[in-house]
Amino acid sequence: MVDAADSVLPCICGTGELIAVGSDIRKLSLLLLFLPFSLWILLLIILPHVGMVVLSLREKVAPRVYEFGFGNYIDFFMEPIYWNTLIRTGLMSLLVTFLALLIGFPVAYYIAKLAGNRTKGMLFMLCLIPLWVSDLIRAFGWILLLRESGIISSFLMSSGLIDTPIEFLYTDATVIMGLVYTVMLFMIVPLVSTLDGMDNAMIEAGYNLGGNGFTVLRRIIIPYAMPGIVSGCIVVFMMTAGSYLTPILMGGKNSSWFTEQIYDQFISRYNWESGAAFGFLLLAFTSVVVWLGLKLSGQTLSSTVAKS
Amino acid sequence: MLIRGTGSGAGSVLFKLYVLAFFIFLAAPLLAAGMFAFNDSQFPSLPWQGFTLDWFFNDTEPKLGMFHDRRLLRGLNVSFMIAVSVALLSVFVGTCNAFLFVRGRFPGKNFFYILMVLPLVIPGVILGISILALASNVANGVEEAYNLELEFLRPGLLLVILGQFSFITTITSLVITARLKKFDISLEEAAFNLGASRAGVLRTITLPFLRPAMIAAGIVAFLVSFENFNTTLFLVGSDAPLTITMYDRMVKVGSTPVLNAVSVFLMLGSGVLALISLLVQRDKPKT
Repeated sequence: MVDAADSVLPCICGTGELIAVGSDIRKLSLLLLFLPFSLWILLLIILPHVGMVVLSLREKVAPRVYEFGFGNYIDFFMEPIYWNTLIRTGLMSLLVTFLALLIGFPVAYYIAKLAGNRTKGMLFMLCLIPLWVSDLIRAFGWILLLRESGIISSFLMSSGLIDTPIEFLYTDATVIMGLVYTVMLFMIVPLVSTLDGMDNAMIEAGYNLGGNGFTVLRRIIIPYAMPGIVSGCIVVFMMTAGSYLTPILMGGKNSSWFTEQIYDQFISRYNWESGAAFGFLLLAFTSVVVWLGLKLSGQTLSSTVAKS
Repeated sequence: MLIRGTGSGAGSVLFKLYVLAFFIFLAAPLLAAGMFAFNDSQFPSLPWQGFTLDWFFNDTEPKLGMFHDRRLLRGLNVSFMIAVSVALLSVFVGTCNAFLFVRGRFPGKNFFYILMVLPLVIPGVILGISILALASNVANGVEEAYNLELEFLRPGLLLVILGQFSFITTITSLVITARLKKFDISLEEAAFNLGASRAGVLRTITLPFLRPAMIAAGIVAFLVSFENFNTTLFLVGSDAPLTITMYDRMVKVGSTPVLNAVSVFLMLGSGVLALISLLVQRDKPKT
């Protein structure tokens, strides 16, 4: 995608004289353009992450005395609560990703292929509306619906289906539903844009060659939509594993999400070394999962997420 | 019968019902958060006590409306300042990045492009702690070596802005890059042939072409910044933006419907901004 634009460059200058002058100017402007990019990536992404790794390798041996060592990582693996939380976060994030794909794919397909031209745009916009509303408000809305004195419980009471109020919050199922809700749009948007580019004739051809609905879905539609599926899954998985608000608000104290452990180490215990180690472990863990996903699906980062 | 399902048939009806149910699922929490802003009750729960606008405009306790609640208003103001700074900064860098990656030719371009996209998939919590740790380290180092206190590297507005800027710039870069790729280079050639200067061409032809994307990217950046929580949580100082103020209230004090009123206010605000970004992006007859 990027390379295609390269060939456009040389044709700006008309005469030979201009090319000489132009190439100096071009080098200068390239440097000038590279400056904000490199400052941003270097100062706000690379250096902080290198710093985080260095910090995580500092072992506290006495008050205000530190040594280089893997103590923080050893602590992590020695304490089952820590790595159990990480594994739990990972598994639940995978489940959320899978559910989001399962629920979102038919909706994306409907929007991209079945809806009429006018409803299509409208439905797509409807999908985006929750995107513009803060996580906090969405979780707040769910709390009002699901808590013991909430709308659903009151409604069931007044309709006589139950006698005592039911608490729907603070269960794993609620957390998973809340997370699926939060990340759904990041699944649907890439799916709609890939499916949109698909020629309907391909599907028709599948049917004409005698395929049934399921075969066409499996052999034609899904392979075509693969970059969108993988892209959506990566973003959704990373967002879920890194989310903080939804698990804590909808799961309460028992949600044991790994980001809560990081927050706890950093802010409550003021143990930055161990918090940095946890942060690095979360990043490494999620990156390995994403890498595995890319390998298994035969995609690359630049064919999915990095595609604009 | 997937593609032909636009017509009638039981399968098609079921499919439509499914899509309908999905949109009800999407709307449910937003409606729940919104409706209690108008309920004349101390608590955001049923039964319905009648319609009121007190949670917006009333100026006395116990039903203090959001427009008279000092802490909420201060949070709103802080969020607004942060969001405007982040939007301006990230649109500027995003525009530079778009030119860099669409027009520039340099070794390792694909590698750098992936670096540019990367911040989008780094969990916000990790961006927050890593920037906090680096800034504090630098501040501590300077303090020890030169006995100089660099206040701006401590948790506070600047760090919040930088933390949000660090990943929002990826979004603005992608939006503006997509638009610049559609630019017809012959327009610039024509202007050069007619004797226009580089700056002139940029100002009168290329930037106006990019303007809709720049505005849309700015609006997205503003909204994402406004609603950000994860990164902000670690970098926030004494000036708490609105999301942090609301969260504190939700967790510590227990919620009164004033939070619902704020939710309605924010939803309306984002709705208007989203509409604006749609309108500016609508393609006019080709320039």
